[in-house]
Amino acid sequence: MTYIAKPKFHHPGLEKNALGFIHRDYEGKISTLCAGCGHDSITASIIEACFELSIEPHRVAKISGIGCSSKTPDYFLGNSHGFNSVHGRMPSVLTGANLANRDLIYLGVSGDGDSASIGFGQFAHSIRRGVNMAYIVENNGVYGLTKGQFSATADRGSKSKKGVVNTDNAIDLVAIALQLGATYVARSFSGDKSQLVPLIAGAIQHRGAAFIDVISPCIAFNNHAGSTKSFDYVREHNDAVNRLDVITGRDPITVDYAPGTVQIVEQHDGTKLALRKIDADYDPHDRLGAMTFLQKHAAKGQIVTGLLYVDPDAEDLHTHLNTVEAPLNRLDADALCPGSAALEKINASLR
Amino acid sequence: MPDKKPLSSVNDFVVRFANVNGSGSASANELFARAVLRHGVPVSPRNIFPSNIQGLPTWYEVRVTEEGHLGARGGVDMMVAMNPQTWDKDVAGIEPGGYLFYDSTKPMPSSKFRDDITVIGVPLTAIANSTYTDPRQRQLFKNIIYLGALCALFDMDPKLIEQLIGEQYKGKEKLLSSNVHALHLGRDWALQNLKCPIGLRIKKADKVGDRIFIEGNSAAALGAVYGGATVCAWYPITPSSSVAEAFTSHCQKLRHDPETGKAKYAIVQGEDELASIGIVIGASWNGARAFTATSGPGISLMTEFIGLSYFAEIPAVIMNIQRAGPSTGMPTRTQQCDIIACAYASHGDTKHVLLFPEDPAEAFEFAAAAFDLAERLQTVIFLMLDLDIGMNHRLSRPLKWDDSRQYDRGKIMTAEMLDEGRDFGRYLDVDGDGIPYRTYPGTHPTKGSFFTRGTSRDRYARYSEEGSVYADNMQRLVRKFETAQDLVPRPLQANAAKPTKYGVIYFGSTAPAMDEAIGLLEARGHQLDRMRIRAFPFHSSVASFIADHDFVYVVEQNRDGQLRQLIVNENGIDPVRLVPILHYDGTPITARFIANAIGDHQDHLKVTPLRKAVS
Repeated sequence: MTYIAKPKFHHPGLEKNALGFIHRDYEGKISTLCAGCGHDSITASIIEACFELSIEPHRVAKISGIGCSSKTPDYFLGNSHGFNSVHGRMPSVLTGANLANRDLIYLGVSGDGDSASIGFGQFAHSIRRGVNMAYIVENNGVYGLTKGQFSATADRGSKSKKGVVNTDNAIDLVAIALQLGATYVARSFSGDKSQLVPLIAGAIQHRGAAFIDVISPCIAFNNHAGSTKSFDYVREHNDAVNRLDVITGRDPITVDYAPGTVQIVEQHDGTKLALRKIDADYDPHDRLGAMTFLQKHAAKGQIVTGLLYVDPDAEDLHTHLNTVEAPLNRLDADALCPGSAALEKINASLR
Repeated sequence: MPDKKPLSSVNDFVVRFANVNGSGSASANELFARAVLRHGVPVSPRNIFPSNIQGLPTWYEVRVTEEGHLGARGGVDMMVAMNPQTWDKDVAGIEPGGYLFYDSTKPMPSSKFRDDITVIGVPLTAIANSTYTDPRQRQLFKNIIYLGALCALFDMDPKLIEQLIGEQYKGKEKLLSSNVHALHLGRDWALQNLKCPIGLRIKKADKVGDRIFIEGNSAAALGAVYGGATVCAWYPITPSSSVAEAFTSHCQKLRHDPETGKAKYAIVQGEDELASIGIVIGASWNGARAFTATSGPGISLMTEFIGLSYFAEIPAVIMNIQRAGPSTGMPTRTQQCDIIACAYASHGDTKHVLLFPEDPAEAFEFAAAAFDLAERLQTVIFLMLDLDIGMNHRLSRPLKWDDSRQYDRGKIMTAEMLDEGRDFGRYLDVDGDGIPYRTYPGTHPTKGSFFTRGTSRDRYARYSEEGSVYADNMQRLVRKFETAQDLVPRPLQANAAKPTKYGVIYFGSTAPAMDEAIGLLEARGHQLDRMRIRAFPFHSSVASFIADHDFVYVVEQNRDGQLRQLIVNENGIDPVRLVPILHYDGTPITARFIANAIGDHQDHLKVTPLRKAVS
């Protein structure tokens, strides 16, 4: 987390959106994540999506848990209220915030450690309740802030930076979201901006539980034994008076490929991802079909990306609870307090 | 004739019903309590039930008390023994000269009775079986039949009971007439076959006045409605579930927009306690009044979030209906055992505001006030009820509301204030009271936004691990807690009839028993000044009260003297000056227990040391 603000100076000729905002209006503080982190690419996509949608930045509430991904809300929408809550419990805080004021846009940012482990229950229940939100998981399969432990989305057989082999099965958050009744389900890759930006924009506009799983490579993967850039190597070859942890920056990974094709992406640690972008004629209104499609390609070792499912007639939690249109946080004593006369009647009924 | 003279009393005795959980006896037993009330005679009932659904023993005790004592008395004058499983214990618990009422359908050996009590047998099963064919009806109406027999034995007016049945089954004529019929089956049998009335009698009086009969949980839920709570998130746990259920019920009646029919509230049954408090914190952060209700195990689960609420300064109201711990403890038994857990909930240096209502009326008032306090102080407020208040019907003064009262929304910086150029720093102590201003999300396009976090930050909400910045923030939180002293309900103090060197401190559900115990102690020649603590942080008068006495008894319902610990810790009092009087077997504390414990201690003080007497 940083408090380094970006300079406010900008070129007067920068492009403006329909509300007259420039990109800079959607930016936050300077990121302190590792250079090359996929999460920064997602931040850039969120900024782009909000710019393109001409959202009033202050009308967004951005809520996260704890972890690398959960730091990112500080790096976009600097004029929005943010909330860095506790590990894995973003969904409940967001649910409460949404109940209090249905007029704002709720952007939930989480990580795979956050949502697939400690917060798995909250992830599931916020989805099944249909909370109106864009829930983005920045998924790198590892605990970055505690330096490299497997998360629950790490593939079975994958190796940690210490060479430990993961023997547990991975949780596929997209498959779970589909099963739980999410009404907008997508997966993307942090470096595929052309795909990710419209997916985020769609999730923000969707009224209901929108979930996007974004595969986001972690630069810390690239820090295993044998590397000349590893912590140990640097320490052994370093005569400095301080003992420092150093992560060497890399360029962000970007991809651009056509719908219906498979793209092999090499990550910083040399592992390869097979991304399959869904076909242009794929029907995203068929939940069962989406689940089958996902599983079929998972069996081939492919990670399906794109908008997998959307229900255009989705309802949200407020609809289920039949709440008034006015935000609950605006109701005053006149609207809420039944008054002494009603209390007298209650007293009478209790005698 | 029993070898002890049968007890004789009008409007002052204890009846205990021993039943089997799930037998449908609860409504009949409550009907009895209500029927006594309709005679104008105060009652103090207590439900003693197991933590299961069916099959285990359950008791319902009604203290008939024209004097209006609302605490448990201890001892049983009449046992309605309907559970063979607990027969021996039930019979043993009857006061000498008391009465045993039982189902005499099957003969019992004389060894199962006592010589010093009056035994009253009514063939309840036989009467029910000869009237009804359906097994469930036989069981349910057996309860009403014994109610009818008691009506005759206690000389009660059957019309008043019929009236109550009529109110209960309004619009359900078939149920109404069949219940009335069962009532008279029992009453007629008793009148024809027994000597009625017995020594214990209910006589019409005018001692109830305008008081209401309500459970503390329901009153607290109503307080939340009147206090403006719009978001309730909860997870079922005994003995707190009925708070959320009552809030739901009250809201359904009182909180719908008349034009659209839409709800001016949101209630979510969370997936667990963590989610429930998370929803409350999210809603409060966004400007809604929100609360959860739980019990000790739920508090344990919520503590991480409670720490966030404290440090990030987000209002939250938690109603803790305490039960016997630790761990699962005795889920359906009462204690005051979460004092320390709530006062210092979560890791690091934390302190939380606790409110201790004594009865349903205060549960209502304090619940409503909790939302004002939470927003004024921007912190978590615990409403500390317990099972004894929460799940038992109590006679209570009527609930009152001042229509001119406006909600205290605390220090909110609006868009207009920001436009006026007011300096907004989320954690700035502008007024020196430790309470900063906050803004709601969405307030202003360019001003007033901030990042809420549980990590350390400076006065402008900017992340900082600077030691002096952290310490500055922690000191301000202490200032805020000091400010709370004058905002929370003050202790109530009453002096003894004669000057005394001794005092007693108590709180919450101990109050009715304490009121009665003072009289018993006076009768033994002991005078005590008393103070009822109603909130933490403690008002300065608590320390003064202790300083003014040689020593002070602290009466509480837990093993470790948790309130005493808190007083010692927070006020730097010499522990020797606070004498613990502790009751923690899961039953409500009684006047007899308090009077005996304090009285014995006081008696020892009066013994002159032998050496001194000789010299």
